[in-house]
Amino acid sequence: MQLIHAFWVGGLICVVGQILLQRTTLTPARIVVIFVVAGAILGGLGWYQPLVDFAGAGATVPLTGFGYSLSRGVMEEIQASGPIGILSGGLKATASGIAAAVLFGFIGAVLFQPKLK
Amino acid sequence: MNMTEQGKQDYRLRVSAVCPQTNLLSGCAKAFLVGGSICVIGQLLLYLYQNAGMDMQTASTWVSVTLIFASAVTTGLGWYDNLGKFAGAGSIIPITGFANGVVASAIEFKKEGFILGLGSKLFTIAGPVILYGLITSSLVGVVYYLVTMLGG
Repeated sequence: MQLIHAFWVGGLICVVGQILLQRTTLTPARIVVIFVVAGAILGGLGWYQPLVDFAGAGATVPLTGFGYSLSRGVMEEIQASGPIGILSGGLKATASGIAAAVLFGFIGAVLFQPKLK
Repeated sequence: MNMTEQGKQDYRLRVSAVCPQTNLLSGCAKAFLVGGSICVIGQLLLYLYQNAGMDMQTASTWVSVTLIFASAVTTGLGWYDNLGKFAGAGSIIPITGFANGVVASAIEFKKEGFILGLGSKLFTIAGPVILYGLITSSLVGVVYYLVTMLGG
């Protein structure tokens, strides 16, 4: 059942991005940043967690999920280690994703050549 | 004369109001289908990893890593850009789009050298995402800490 919810929730989040892309002059990079920031705010307010429980990967795979992970990590780390969690929690929670993107990015760039446009 | 000018203007307004509407609809449909499908792949991977005995959090992290890896490979082969032309935000908003931005700019600027080319351009997309994400989450943390301190 969650598979179906993942499809339509994830799809709808992308539709919001598509509307911003076509109806505003925002560049893709700005839209990506807006989504991460929005996810972090919604995560901080506790409003994103129910969506994650409901739609699973439909909520965590879009970049709002990355922002949500940052905020969730911060809040969990504050509970575990106090105010230092404000600094350490976000990167701790997202470390694997960031490291994977950076490392695979490097390997990809070494192995592949730019495509002719 | 006045009437035809008025009529032309009305027509132009009508066209500009109606034309992008159809584009928007098909654009949104494509973004919905592709974005939703990428999330379904993520959900299937999530089931797979949870069946392998991982807890929710670890499985979810592995899903991200797997999707980022898949995106790096398909970006290198030039497939992801073709998907992007079709899907628009459907390929930008999922985490695969973030990885695509990282890998594509790294490949593109490799010829400018390994340090200031690949090394710095790798962060063209990752830099702003991490910066503004961290600013937001640390502000969330400050508020959360103050609230829990006052509440507790």
